[in-house]
Amino acid sequence: MFLVPGFIERFLHRMASPPHFYAITERLMPWLWGIFSLLLLSGLYSGLFLAPPDYQQGESYRIIFIHVPSAWMSLFIYSVMAMAGAIALVWRIKLAEVVAISSAPVGAGFTFIALVTGSLWGKPMWGTWWVWDARLTSELILLFLYLGVIGLYNAIDDKRSASRAVAILALVGVVNIPIIHYSVEWWSTLHQGPTVTKLDKPSIHVSMLIPLLIMAVAFKFYYLIAMLQRAKTEVLVREQNAQWVKSMTEQELAS
Amino acid sequence: MNWQAFFAMGGYAFYVWTAYGITFLVLALNVVIPMVQRRQFLRHLAMKQKRQRL
Repeated sequence: MFLVPGFIERFLHRMASPPHFYAITERLMPWLWGIFSLLLLSGLYSGLFLAPPDYQQGESYRIIFIHVPSAWMSLFIYSVMAMAGAIALVWRIKLAEVVAISSAPVGAGFTFIALVTGSLWGKPMWGTWWVWDARLTSELILLFLYLGVIGLYNAIDDKRSASRAVAILALVGVVNIPIIHYSVEWWSTLHQGPTVTKLDKPSIHVSMLIPLLIMAVAFKFYYLIAMLQRAKTEVLVREQNAQWVKSMTEQELAS
Repeated sequence: MNWQAFFAMGGYAFYVWTAYGITFLVLALNVVIPMVQRRQFLRHLAMKQKRQRL
């Protein structure tokens, strides 16, 4: 590759080989679960118990600790999926194909969560479950993009050409990402403006910001866990005729 | 800490707990489904191998 240190290059090379990827993932999994559980528990504890009620919204604002991190994840995972798709298109790396398609259901889940929790927060605060404004509509389009990626992949039998088709769809859909992000600034809306990413002066109190950030990191680890679970299954299906899968099922039979 | 007040969420219990409930349901499903699929697929592969050996 380019100017990557040797050990990283070796690591990437090993990861790109399916049996190594499978083995490394299995070894990594308990650590990912451990870190995720710790972050989740401390995020929930500080968000639900330690953070004070909001001076305008009372206790209802506590939906923020899942709503905002989920919405961030819906954008983050889409970007990862599109990037993995681009890598798969250009370099034909099988593992990039697997990462791209394994990300889609996780991203769809977070998009769904962002929409539903937003609705449950909107009802008591705005007086309505839904408005067709730019933020909500573009996030709904994101959900359809994810579902389109999943549907397209399942519709094409040859998984290598399915991956290419999916990558192109994901890349076209990238235009939606900045639209979602800037929608609350470009169009007038009921949705509140950015309160956290105004880095110079975030308009959220630190007692609420900390649990929010902990939950955001926890969801990142959750994404790794869920995506890798999908990826393991996907790798097995794709490699079912390879020797390493056969010897693995041999062991399964023996035990 | 008063648990009753905690669960009441200042009158927003329905909204807050439904939001948290749906979130963790979706998160759990997204991890459990691929694990179940993998186990089923491995079992299917093992059966196929057994048949081939006979």
